[in-house]
Amino acid sequence: MAVEADVPAATAVRAGGRRFRVLAAGIPYLSGGLLLLLIVAAVFGDALTPHDPTLLNLRAAFMPPAWVEGGSWAHPLGADNLGRDILARIISGARVSLVVALWAIVLSGGIGALVGMIAGYFGGWADVIIMRLVDIQMSIPSLALALILAAVLDPGLDTVIIVIVVSYWAWYARLVRSEVLSLKERDYVALAKVAGCGPFTIFHRHLAPNIVNTMLVLATLQIGQVIIFEASLSFLGLGVQSPDISWGLMLADARGYITNAWWAITMPGVAIMLTCLSSNLFGDWLRDALDPRRRQL
Amino acid sequence: MTPALKVENLVTELALRRGVLRPVDGVSFHVDPSETLGIVGESGSGKSMTCLSLLRLLPKPGGRIASGSVVVGGRDLTRLSEEELARDWRGRRISMVTQDPMTSLNPVYTVGDQVGAPLRYHRLAEGMRAVRAGAAAVLGRVRIPSPESRLDEYPHQFSGGMRQRVVSAMAIACEPEVMIADEPTSNLDVTIQVKMIDLYRKIQEETGVAIVLITHDMGVAASICDRIAVMYAGRIVETGPARRIFRAPAHPYTRALLDSIPRLGRKSRRLTALGGQPPDLANPPTGCRFAPRCALRVAKCAAYPPDAALGEGHSAACWLAGNEADHAA
Amino acid sequence: MLLEVRGLKKHFPVGSGLLGPSGLVKAVDGVSFGVEEGKTYALVGESGCGKTTVAKLILLLERPTAGEVLYRGTSVAGLSGSALGFFRREVQAVFQDPFSSLNPRLRVRSIIAEPIRANENIGRAELDRRIEEALDIVGLPKGAGALFPHEFSGGQRQRIAIARALAMRPKAMVLDEPTSALDVSIRAQILNLLSDIQDEFGVAYLIIAHDLALVEHFSHDTGVMYLGAMVEQGPTETVFGNPQHPYTEALLASAPRPDPDHRPTPDVILGEIGSALNPPSGCRFHPRCPHAFGPCAGTDPAPVDTGPGAWARCHLLTENAMEKAE
Repeated sequence: MAVEADVPAATAVRAGGRRFRVLAAGIPYLSGGLLLLLIVAAVFGDALTPHDPTLLNLRAAFMPPAWVEGGSWAHPLGADNLGRDILARIISGARVSLVVALWAIVLSGGIGALVGMIAGYFGGWADVIIMRLVDIQMSIPSLALALILAAVLDPGLDTVIIVIVVSYWAWYARLVRSEVLSLKERDYVALAKVAGCGPFTIFHRHLAPNIVNTMLVLATLQIGQVIIFEASLSFLGLGVQSPDISWGLMLADARGYITNAWWAITMPGVAIMLTCLSSNLFGDWLRDALDPRRRQL
Repeated sequence: MTPALKVENLVTELALRRGVLRPVDGVSFHVDPSETLGIVGESGSGKSMTCLSLLRLLPKPGGRIASGSVVVGGRDLTRLSEEELARDWRGRRISMVTQDPMTSLNPVYTVGDQVGAPLRYHRLAEGMRAVRAGAAAVLGRVRIPSPESRLDEYPHQFSGGMRQRVVSAMAIACEPEVMIADEPTSNLDVTIQVKMIDLYRKIQEETGVAIVLITHDMGVAASICDRIAVMYAGRIVETGPARRIFRAPAHPYTRALLDSIPRLGRKSRRLTALGGQPPDLANPPTGCRFAPRCALRVAKCAAYPPDAALGEGHSAACWLAGNEADHAA
Repeated sequence: MLLEVRGLKKHFPVGSGLLGPSGLVKAVDGVSFGVEEGKTYALVGESGCGKTTVAKLILLLERPTAGEVLYRGTSVAGLSGSALGFFRREVQAVFQDPFSSLNPRLRVRSIIAEPIRANENIGRAELDRRIEEALDIVGLPKGAGALFPHEFSGGQRQRIAIARALAMRPKAMVLDEPTSALDVSIRAQILNLLSDIQDEFGVAYLIIAHDLALVEHFSHDTGVMYLGAMVEQGPTETVFGNPQHPYTEALLASAPRPDPDHRPTPDVILGEIGSALNPPSGCRFHPRCPHAFGPCAGTDPAPVDTGPGAWARCHLLTENAMEKAE
């Protein structure tokens, strides 16, 4: 009874291939590679280093990096005041950084997304209460909050994660809420209601999948921030405690020798900076790559 | 008569990641002073790209005029430097009205500022008082009541129809020879649309401006155009006086388009639908581009048909046009 | 009457200060009409006349301020549980924009299955059969189910949207501007498809449209809305063939026609549509009406019968009727 309407099957195949090529074309190899290196270091850390990162070797104390006079390739990035190998400690510290970043982002993202979806979708009082909480949260300085929490809880990895989650969920909540506000005006959400779908179905079929991209981008951009935050807390003595290793702790330990052993404080600093830069660059690329409007061209 | 605008063999290319498209592929037409030419087509037919090409406002990067000429006042606009085009031509001798008045007007400037801007820029009025007087006069020409008192209002204080009048005022402020109107009434309700069409006709009578009207609406085209060019997949398939196009369409596409429109006062339960889809411009059919959807397709259609002249400036790019008598009925 | 609307009102508060809303937009202000089984009822009017809000109220996407929507004689306002499920199964919708009405992340089969899954508990084989059947009715091949919406053109997407609505085997469909986002040559395909579906399955349509020629072609009954109120309604032939309200006349006279010898007349209506925030007193149309006289600004005219099943609200008609009576 109906008019013929041919489906462009060929277009489908081409569209799939095109999408892959476009995504592959602009990958930022440098920042992506650095992030990958960080992950490899975190996972296989100990197996990669010739030295035990906690091993004291007073003969090597304050040994400069290999390319500076007096340095040796035995300690490519030099050694600290106790003669511990800085490269080994940076590799080992990557694990702490990554564990903190992952947990903090997954937890704050999850809580923030849930709360944001509820606020955006249902509106009304739920929205008013949640968004005022977000406003309050965002007006408390994270470091002050960290000091209080660290006083109540014991300093350590868990505390660091809790502090970060408490400080960051509000960003996700706010972002997700605004996304949901625009998504729920789409006709397909209205049609799902007309079809008789309940809020749960609408959440997981129509809202969540469309929010994932945005969340992913924000999460990538935040890896850097979270790592800096962890380093700051550990630097202040509120985070990771010796003998565990973290980049922030390395900075704190090397602070006293900044005049005679610049490398002890510079090397972990460079590691933090490169990680943040890569996560920001990668996040920028991801945002563009996932944007269907940009994919068109 | 020298045409106000003469376009010959215009080819526009758009470089996308998936390849180079030719949204405009060898388009020629002309418009005389005081004449309205309608360019009619569906989305993807290249009508909007044609009008962007005339003003060299193609999307950058990627868009470029590959060949052809656009002649206004004896000069080929495709060969001018960007500076010269902006200084002496765009907005001055050839202007444009777009579909959405909300994006054509800047919400933070007053209407007087924006209508006066082309006068100031092209130095047709010097000094604040002269620019204001000029702007008020132009608003009067688009029949905005008590224009002096509305100069200091902002776009949001105008209704939808009045905003479209303001946009038109900006386009005619410098008394251009050619005005390009891209779907100027498509976002308006019919009762407002009819007034805009009436306005364009009056403006044309007063200033002799040549109008190129881009539209998908055959009704709008019929109510204002003297001549019509029908575009399909980047090419003009038929062109001629409006009456000929509507009364004796020669190209099967034009015929199918006219047949598929429901008409007031002519009730029928089924419409004559045109099957299929327009072609993908990245991969256009060789030969006649309408052939895959054409009910009258013959073997010859595998080669692109030349324009068959049918008299009175009417021509159609179809192998069957010309030996027409048997199809005209 | 399959679907009926009685005295429907929807007022939106605007501006929320400490002292409560500062005004009311009367988007829909007392609208009544009915859609008969297997027939098409069209609501026409300019943007801002409230026709889309009426559709949302019928689909329970908004709550009415007053009045009620009746389906098979029962008010749908308080429905819950199985009674609501029954209404949801029988009344479906197709919207204007085929890009916004299909979730870009779902495959076509999953889109079409959504209403079935929400309302019925059926096996996979039966579900597949129903999806194929729906695709077949709208003229898409079976393989279409495995693809994503972006792999289709606008016209094909609208077919998918129709297939989705049809998969529920509804008794009524709300069509909100179903063809206005489509290309001219595709519109006829979709309209013919909708006509065929009505002929074959006896589905009733409520179509919201601004294209008068389309409405005249497509619908059995027509209601003309202006600023939230119905000004004239009746069988389509009566309303279009012999319009009695000056606004209906103006709409018909303004509509552009694909005929170079027809000149639309711009003087049959003045100015632009008023604001629903502050609708004019008396007859809402009087500030734009070229025939406005004494009583128009004062009182809202009552409906006057203008033929079998047709009426219009206009003081000119009231006056004529009184003269005749005398």
